[in-house]
Amino acid sequence: MLLLTCPHCGLAVEETELSPGGEAHLKRFGPGSDEDAFEEYLFLRDNPKGPTLERWRHSYGCGKWFIAARDTATNRVFGTYPAQTGGPPDWIVKAMEAVR
Amino acid sequence: MKRYSVFAIAREAARYHDGWERAWRSPEPKRRYDVIIVGAGGHGLATAYYLGKNHGITNVAVMEKGWLGGGNTGRNTTIIRSNYLQDPSAAIYEKSRSLYETLSQELNYNVMFSPRGVLMLAQTHHEVRGYKRTAHANGLQGVRTEWVDPARVKELCPIMNIHGPRYPVLGGLWQSRGGTARHDAVAWGYARACSDMGMDIIQKCEVTGIDTDGGKVVAVETTRGRIECGQLAGIVAGHSSVLAEMAGFRLPLESVPLQALVSEPIKPCMDIVVMANTVHGYMSQSDKGEMVIGGGTDGYVGYTQRGSFHHIEETLRALVETFPMISRLKMLRQWGGIVDVTGDRSPILSKTPVEGMFLNCGWGTGGFKAIPGSGWAMAELMAKGHSPLTAEFGLERFREGRFIDESVAAGVAH
Ligand SMILES: Cc1cc2nc3c(=O)[nH]c(=O)nc-3n(C[C@H](O)[C@H](O)[C@H](O)COP(=O)(O)OP(=O)(O)OC[C@H]3O[C@@H](n4cnc5c(N)ncnc54)[C@H](O)[C@@H]3O)c2cc1C
Ligand SMILES: [Zn+2]
Repeated sequence: MLLLTCPHCGLAVEETELSPGGEAHLKRFGPGSDEDAFEEYLFLRDNPKGPTLERWRHSYGCGKWFIAARDTATNRVFGTYPAQTGGPPDWIVKAMEAVR
Repeated sequence: MKRYSVFAIAREAARYHDGWERAWRSPEPKRRYDVIIVGAGGHGLATAYYLGKNHGITNVAVMEKGWLGGGNTGRNTTIIRSNYLQDPSAAIYEKSRSLYETLSQELNYNVMFSPRGVLMLAQTHHEVRGYKRTAHANGLQGVRTEWVDPARVKELCPIMNIHGPRYPVLGGLWQSRGGTARHDAVAWGYARACSDMGMDIIQKCEVTGIDTDGGKVVAVETTRGRIECGQLAGIVAGHSSVLAEMAGFRLPLESVPLQALVSEPIKPCMDIVVMANTVHGYMSQSDKGEMVIGGGTDGYVGYTQRGSFHHIEETLRALVETFPMISRLKMLRQWGGIVDVTGDRSPILSKTPVEGMFLNCGWGTGGFKAIPGSGWAMAELMAKGHSPLTAEFGLERFREGRFIDESVAAGVAH
């Protein structure tokens, strides 16, 4: 059972209170984009064995989206931050690089 | 290789069973092979077998980072069926199911194929419509399945409570020649036959890099040195994205843990396989008497071979309503495997952007049943450059929007 802290309401919650939302910081493509762009956006994933950034929604709580940095091989969590950002904060990048 | 037979048993019994030879050799890797297959699961071994058997290609090595059959092949709940919705799926899964019928004789190895029948329960009206549609599709595809009503369900499986308040049984899709097989034996049987054809199965040897020259694969780096190859096939299930990264491309896959568990052994009480897709649970009874139960996948990427506990809890909670007698059973073991899931829940059997490199992956939660057919088709693709069975399963279908959408048909693990 994963325990993640929602950065919006500050609660440390169990994964049953959350909904997973897949790889974070995907670049979105809309109508008129070419096939390669759609394939990238809709299907291709890093799917790494190691540190990753993924979206979660605090569904049974405040309802807001956030991003968690987690190691998929060990389930170690490096931290969480609000989804309304272009990328991870420095302290998370550093923590992830330390295990790579 | 000495054949297994009743005479062999008598002969060996007469000399205190000290004459049995090893089922496969464990050779040192050579410097070069015509074909290297990464991953000695069922699919990798079956591909090697049919390369030799159907196409005469025997200078083949199968590289395995752990022990052969130790991945999902040795962790699954062994359900075999071919009642899929889409035509390309029905073709490869039915080819596979029909190969299972005679696999023990073919390999001279008892894989314990048991066509005891597979029943997929309809517990919502949506499922009733869905399975009736599948039954009609199967009729056109030449796959023998039938829609059965609740009374017949009760007859097939008397321990079931068909009047559950939350999940009543409204009928089912019945495939009488579906069933189970012994998972380890499938891997061992193919391994023994491959070794007998002179192929090398190299265990405890992890592929750590892929060398290319001008866009063409030339060798793999392994924990036991560099080994050259003419063709390379990545058949590593949950680790496919990791392998693709070594070759410099990404895949339309997510790897997630899928769990199963078995109970203490009890007397025979259920002689078919039952799948309850609405509640993400399925169950059969092993020859040892254990109830074998499979559950749902985690919702997020994971390589831990463990899985989240609440999925088991949800599966059992729902199964107890449909099978009240299991409420008092003790569960003995629980485990997980890492399954590689595609967007359309169909596999990938394909060439790749790297010349000479092939991929067989994306079987996700349901590839045990496909092992013989997948190996047959993959060998043809590698030997001839094309196969009617793999034609629709190429990587390019995701770019082109030509999905083989099985998530609409079952939408569940098995
Ligand atoms: C709990 C569970 C229940 C299931 N139930 C069913 C079921 O009832 N019916 C059904 O049809 N299917 C079922 N499946 C799915 C089925 O198990 C898989 O689709 C199938 O076994 C995949 O076989 P494979 O040979 O492709 O992969 P695997 O058996 O996983 O083999 C891949 C091998 O590659 C090796 N490998 C990985 N990376 C490397 C590397 N870099 N170098 C060397 N070797 C490497 C691994 O060690 C592994 O042995 C289930 C799966 C699970 C986990
Ligand atoms: Zn919150």
